[in-house]
Amino acid sequence: MSATGIGAAVRRKEDFRFITGKGQYTDDISRPGQTYIHFVRSPHAHAKIKSIDGTETKTMPGVVAVLTGADLANDKIGNLICGWAITSKDGSPMKMSAHPAIANGKANHVGDAVAVVIAETLGQAKDAGEKVKVDYEVLPAVADPAKAQAAGAPQIHDVAPNNTIYQWHLGDQKAVEAAFKSANHVTKLDIINNRLVPNAIEPRAAIADYDAGNDALTLWNTSQNPHVARLVIAAFVGMAPEHKLRVIAPDVGGGFGSKIFIYPEEVVCLWAARKVGRPVKWVSDRSEAFVTDAHGRDHVTHAEMAFDHEGKITALRAKTIANLGAYMSTFSSSVPTYLYATLLSGQYSIPQIYCEVDAVYTNTVPVDAYRGAGRPEATFVVERLVEVGAREMGVDPADLRRRNFIKSFPHQTPVIMAYDAGDYNASLKKAMELADMKGFGKRKRDSARNGKLRGIGYSTYIEACGIAPSQAVGSLGAGVGLWESAEVRVNPTGSVEVLTGSHSHGQGHETTFAQLVSERLGIPIETISIVHGDTDKVQFGMGTYGSRSGAVGMTAIVKALDKVEAKAKKVAAFMLEAAEGDIEFKDGKFTVAGTDKAAAWGDVALNAYIAHKFTGAELEPGLKEGAFYDPTNFTFPAGCHICEVEIDPETGNTDVVAWTAVDDFGVVINPMIVEGQVHGGIAQGVGQALYEGTVYDKEGQLVTGSYMDYAMPRADYLPSFKVDTTETKCPSNPLGIKGCGEAGAIAAPAAVINAITDALGTEEIAMPASPATVWAALQKVQPRQAAE
Amino acid sequence: MYNFAFHRPTGLRQASNMLGKLEEAKILAGGQTLIPTMKLRLASPGNVVDLNAIADELSGIELKGRSIVIGAMTRHADVANSDVVKQHLPALAYLAGLVGDPAVRHRGTIGGSLANNDPNADYPAAALGLGATIHTTKGKYEADNFFKGLFETALGADEIITKVSFPLAKKAGYEKFRNQASRFALVGVFVSKRGSEIRVAVTGAGSNGVFRVASFEEALKKRFAPKSLEGLTIPATGMNSDIHGSAEYRAHLVGVMARRAVTRANEFAAGEGED
Amino acid sequence: MPKVSMTVNGNAVTADADARTLLVQYLREGLRLTGTHVGCDTSQCGACVVHVDGKAVKACTMFAWEAEGKTVLTIEGLAQNGKLHPMQEAFRENHGLQCGFCTPGMIMTAVDMVNRKGHDLDDPTIRHELEGNICRCTGYHNIVKSIAAGAKAMA
Repeated sequence: MSATGIGAAVRRKEDFRFITGKGQYTDDISRPGQTYIHFVRSPHAHAKIKSIDGTETKTMPGVVAVLTGADLANDKIGNLICGWAITSKDGSPMKMSAHPAIANGKANHVGDAVAVVIAETLGQAKDAGEKVKVDYEVLPAVADPAKAQAAGAPQIHDVAPNNTIYQWHLGDQKAVEAAFKSANHVTKLDIINNRLVPNAIEPRAAIADYDAGNDALTLWNTSQNPHVARLVIAAFVGMAPEHKLRVIAPDVGGGFGSKIFIYPEEVVCLWAARKVGRPVKWVSDRSEAFVTDAHGRDHVTHAEMAFDHEGKITALRAKTIANLGAYMSTFSSSVPTYLYATLLSGQYSIPQIYCEVDAVYTNTVPVDAYRGAGRPEATFVVERLVEVGAREMGVDPADLRRRNFIKSFPHQTPVIMAYDAGDYNASLKKAMELADMKGFGKRKRDSARNGKLRGIGYSTYIEACGIAPSQAVGSLGAGVGLWESAEVRVNPTGSVEVLTGSHSHGQGHETTFAQLVSERLGIPIETISIVHGDTDKVQFGMGTYGSRSGAVGMTAIVKALDKVEAKAKKVAAFMLEAAEGDIEFKDGKFTVAGTDKAAAWGDVALNAYIAHKFTGAELEPGLKEGAFYDPTNFTFPAGCHICEVEIDPETGNTDVVAWTAVDDFGVVINPMIVEGQVHGGIAQGVGQALYEGTVYDKEGQLVTGSYMDYAMPRADYLPSFKVDTTETKCPSNPLGIKGCGEAGAIAAPAAVINAITDALGTEEIAMPASPATVWAALQKVQPRQAAE
Repeated sequence: MYNFAFHRPTGLRQASNMLGKLEEAKILAGGQTLIPTMKLRLASPGNVVDLNAIADELSGIELKGRSIVIGAMTRHADVANSDVVKQHLPALAYLAGLVGDPAVRHRGTIGGSLANNDPNADYPAAALGLGATIHTTKGKYEADNFFKGLFETALGADEIITKVSFPLAKKAGYEKFRNQASRFALVGVFVSKRGSEIRVAVTGAGSNGVFRVASFEEALKKRFAPKSLEGLTIPATGMNSDIHGSAEYRAHLVGVMARRAVTRANEFAAGEGED
Repeated sequence: MPKVSMTVNGNAVTADADARTLLVQYLREGLRLTGTHVGCDTSQCGACVVHVDGKAVKACTMFAWEAEGKTVLTIEGLAQNGKLHPMQEAFRENHGLQCGFCTPGMIMTAVDMVNRKGHDLDDPTIRHELEGNICRCTGYHNIVKSIAAGAKAMA
């Protein structure tokens, strides 16, 4: 292993600009003559817009324009779309409503934009925004997904009777019913997977600039996938043809899924920039982010697991209602279906699984993928069922897991996925040692002496990453392919630029991708640049989400490097006057087998461009190759997280006192970065389990609309984490990578709740398990005593 | 935020006059509550009267006889780090160190906090829990007569807090259970013992702001020990109830925090300092 | 629009700022010092922390005119003569950042922490002192590590 190659903890190349304040985030960009846009938003969850009067607004200082949904419709700006078609079990297509970028006629959630004001300064735009007179007829609203389908519930979209978007299912219902009939033990749980607000610390932002001379638009925005944004805005919204629209996602301050989607604000900025003939800038306030960024999770589930007399799982069934909010966001439909039910086998050999999912509209902010997207929800169902099942049957939870682990690969689950490699017992064993399970009894007794309740919980999770084989997802309804692209440009002096369709917003691609190139070409990492996030530079790409950039994005680079190497060997053959087949390439040097003839990387690069050693008829000059890589399977990172908590029974406060994570991510490119990804994922998972609750009241008002009421994980709410890995190589990509970005968020919630319920002696605890919630639960039970 | 005119008086009298004459005038002390409120357009003063030009005149911590006197513009960080306060009234230094966060404590002032009387703020508990005297440009108030409910005080529109006098207590302690989102007090209890006078003041819990708990004070008169409060509860009526905790939970926490505050007070008195 | 003058990163500066201009807007828009960020509107996230007269403050919770005549240090002024500040080095060395957005506020808070609390900082102290700074990427683990290392390096 070289100091900067695969497996090395290389310090990040991108850090210098961030630690010196020289990052370039969207809000850091200003365009000459820019105006500021303010969105006037509905204060009501559900209301008819009877009229909008901007007369007074237009007279306010600095106002450039006041625009409404009617103006948008007049200009024939198309609706936003959901790009994954789900078919209901009766064969009917999902019921996608119109989603105009500015509401026209009816507002469907608090925060739905109803008008915009464009002014010389942001202050002026906001001042003027208050003068827009909107006459609302307030309608009854529904925010609770469990109530959305009820008779008499307020109807949000005509296209979707009973607010039902689809009623989807997966698995063999009859076989599952038969298995449950012959079960020795059945564990049943009602689960609410709480709604979360993503809260990347950089709020979303957009600046649109119109070049009238070329009739072309440029958009800078906070995107995880600028090419997909361009495609949707060109092809579906109809803003401009793709070649007349440039989308740039510069430094992006965290995404966690929320910056995948194509949002109304960027569409409106583009439209308005052309309309007013000046650049238009929008930066979300945090309060605005709470009511406009797509939220995550929000499932209501009943789940059951059947066991035979040996404690083997024979079947699992789940019925889930998934809240998709007021409109279908870009990938919303796929999250509670193909990203959820397909993972319900967990790490276990479960012969039969059946899952039904009803997706519903409510008068809430749209819900879409958030770190883990469906897989945390699935893991929570499976890992809670297994843990509770073990407790009910009086079996050690680790032992029950071991009994049911999949031990041979490949393994076909009953829910589509074909797991390719793993060693679940290895990660469980290592985690148990690191967590000092043997010493837990003593620690619990020590806690008890101090009046505290101690508990421990496992989560042996699996996820499907490396999203995804295009043909497979196409057959399941995806509107796009999920391959990735790369282009390797070798400069005449031998330095290298890699253009990737992945996008880095904290993941460190500028370092890890360069490590790959450094290792393959044997050149210093300082001579390699990674270019991403600009549709004018990178031809096309699918972006970063679903822990796909390593497994899919880097594999595309490998394929392009293969081609570069092949071409460079041709050049070297002419230089060294040898047969192409005799050229060997190692450590940045080309040699002729069996001789001492050699050419350095830089000389070959130069010769590729000066082209003095070969004719045009013999070889094309230049050294630049591109590749598209379409994965052949999902990847299956898996592992074991163990959470240890101490609860103060007097206040209900839970402290996470220890965390152990042992993950199998396949081959690790940069262990420092991988550990960082795990840390962040755990924090978000602990956030979901203990702190982050999104509350809508009966009128559909968001009660937790700021950090005053939405509790974010803070430094003193978390411990330091023990993080380690095991390794089984992923067989479906040449690097053996599985992906690591979401593991923590997927594993953590179940581990925390398993630990809390272990301490409390009741399974009745909702997330977030706030002090008030834990205290209330404790009033109903006698906590489990420390075993002597 | 809405625009406004700002004024920087160079003397207290000038400041009072401005407050009396200017329309919709608000005092800016540390700004750690006022500015966020203005940013969210929840407050829209037409005029802001900034006291920072006279901050020197209004700042300082002094031991005067059996009291600690703190100027209204004294920052939380200065109270938390004051040797005088740490030595003579460690509970007050401890409380000041729990307000907001380090950056907020560098700006926020004791006068601003008391004048704002946020029902979840820490300082009102200290003022009421120690029986402080609040001095203003017009006179003075005993803490028992100063707090008038949510964000309401006895202060007149053109009245400015100048200093706060905290009588030294033989024993005093504060315990705060945080709202996990805002990190304000979900329940905070300040207890003190000065001669035979026992005070138990509660912030965060009450639907009408900071209040005293007579039954706890009575119980602590017999013996100033957490045991004296065991089994005692306060009724849930009059407690706040919201997504962060029911009225019953808050009422329960008042008892828990009171016992812990007494423990802390005894530790401070024994010279064991803060944890 | 009235002018506001102060010393920022060692330079005397003057820029337009109406009454409602926050210090953070003044720095970002008036002076184009965009390293100081805005992550919330309730003074909780700490992305905007700068030093005013040597003390950490939230630049989103101070009007520009309140800093008239004062000395302001932002993330851009921390490195001296092209040499990174030890706390900046420590964040890079310990992978104390991912997306980088909260990082300037974290580093400015960390330097203030060391100024007040000294060079030997244990984990609970650092975690408590970070109560006004939110990071969504790192889970704080490596930020805590960075600050402990940076504090030592500043000695």
